[in-house]
Amino acid sequence: MANIISDETIEYVGILAKLELSDAEKEQAKSDMGRMLDYIDKLGELDTTGVEPMSHVFPVHNVFREDVVTNGDTRQQLLANAPEQKDGMFTVPRTFE
Amino acid sequence: MAKEYETVIGLEVHVELATKTKIFCGCSTAFGAEPNTQTCPVCTGMPGSLPVLNKQVLEYAIAVGLATNCDITRYAKFDRKNYFYPDNPQNYQISQLYLPICRNGSVEIETKEGGVKSVGIHEIHMEEDAGKLIHDEWDDCSLVDYNRSGVPLIEIVSEPDMRSAEEVIAYLEKLRLIIQYLGASDCKLQEGSMRADVNLSVREAGAKEFGTRTEMKNLNSFKAISRAIAGETERQIDLIESGEKVVQETRRWDDTRGESYAMRSKEDAQDYRYFPDPDLTPIMVSDEMLADIRSRQPELRSEKMKRYKEEYDIPDYDIEIITGSKHMADLFEETTAICAQPKKVSNWLMGETLRLMKEKEVEVEDLRFSPENLAKLIALTDSRAINSSVAKEVFEVMFDTDVDPEQYVEEKGLKTVNDEGALKKTVEEVIAANPQSVEDYRSGKEKAIGFLVGQTMKAMKGKADPATVNRMLKELL
Ligand SMILES: [Zn+2]
Repeated sequence: MANIISDETIEYVGILAKLELSDAEKEQAKSDMGRMLDYIDKLGELDTTGVEPMSHVFPVHNVFREDVVTNGDTRQQLLANAPEQKDGMFTVPRTFE
Repeated sequence: MAKEYETVIGLEVHVELATKTKIFCGCSTAFGAEPNTQTCPVCTGMPGSLPVLNKQVLEYAIAVGLATNCDITRYAKFDRKNYFYPDNPQNYQISQLYLPICRNGSVEIETKEGGVKSVGIHEIHMEEDAGKLIHDEWDDCSLVDYNRSGVPLIEIVSEPDMRSAEEVIAYLEKLRLIIQYLGASDCKLQEGSMRADVNLSVREAGAKEFGTRTEMKNLNSFKAISRAIAGETERQIDLIESGEKVVQETRRWDDTRGESYAMRSKEDAQDYRYFPDPDLTPIMVSDEMLADIRSRQPELRSEKMKRYKEEYDIPDYDIEIITGSKHMADLFEETTAICAQPKKVSNWLMGETLRLMKEKEVEVEDLRFSPENLAKLIALTDSRAINSSVAKEVFEVMFDTDVDPEQYVEEKGLKTVNDEGALKKTVEEVIAANPQSVEDYRSGKEKAIGFLVGQTMKAMKGKADPATVNRMLKELL
């Protein structure tokens, strides 16, 4: 494995992804991520001069919708997913800006 | 303090677009609905839902780009900006980082020295708004309403070309006018349909390098923006003077306390890990699409001013004020279309409307009276059904609540008494009760009749036509 992921990196990625990993999981993630980066490096060996970066996997573009209201009130279904609710809203822990 | 400093300011302006539906789904954007009643799987980030771009959002974004001299990106796409926050149900915001729809534009502003300055526009991109968090003091928790989630925004990012609060305000006013004229947004700062974040740094006058900048949020009026710029400039100069360093951070302006404080960074580093959104297809802007949007571009202010000069017989100054706001210009044109009296419409707008706006601190966008009702009021005065002071009284009620003036005048019994018999009786009573004034008038003091007219109007509770009263008095004397 050419790419060695440091403890700091896996810690940081864990924070960004809001994941708490055990030591064993960290080791596993480090090795998985290293192998992924090796694969990306492999792709980097290809000569891509003159090839436009791909931004979508299918050759489609300009899929639009007209500005017309098509949805009604589905609040009940939406709130059925809420662990807690109040006054028609989701309740979450106090969040400061 | 011997050193001279220069303030360097760039703005990030978010504008809520005036579409009927959200950017990626068919949910309504109408204001004031019950919480979470305008939501669907797309705008609440349900797995498996698929966003589809609202064509009107693209057209508005391009229209604003064209009106601000931008290059339109012919191959644009959307990216995901990843972060966790309860107002963001997908855990990413769909925005544009790599290929924004418009780039390299500019807006010309007038400087206070009377010159013209160009403020560069770095880019304009399309993105979705987040939901709204309401803090519940009672239960010590926060409540989330996703009605605003997915409402279309454009973010207009300027170059750091401004050097004072005056220039910032001039730039914002210009942007607002352009966007309002295009019909792309109502741009109300107070209600948040236009929001400006101020990026500010200071440097010693003449220095080539920029200083470290801070970003200031929560500025919801022009006055707050001016005060925040003054406050932040002073804070940064103080830091530098005392040998400390300005920290690059986001600060929240508290306008009531007149100071800013660093916002707690969302727990971790600002690392948004942008990547192309695979759910949305790229946008290819063809020549035909551009030509079509250009051809549908509404009349801009300069064109409107020219047309007013040709079409309507009203003073240049009135034209200047009326076209200074899209809403005012619309009111003028729509009322004139009904009553065909541009001069009278202009007089109502320039006189009573401006006076009441100032007195009641009402913004032009919030004017409530309809063109139909203003036209009715003009018709009522033309037919002498009400006199001018009653008209002003009725207008003030229209200004507050947009009442139908015909109905109002009827209900309140404000119609001028055209019954000559009743009027004559009152005039005779006034003459009998004021022998001194009568004598004054008869002995050549013309002005004495004014007092008698006033007394008659008072006796008639204002519901008489002063000209008729005047004529009648002269006849009887
Ligand atoms: Zn929706």
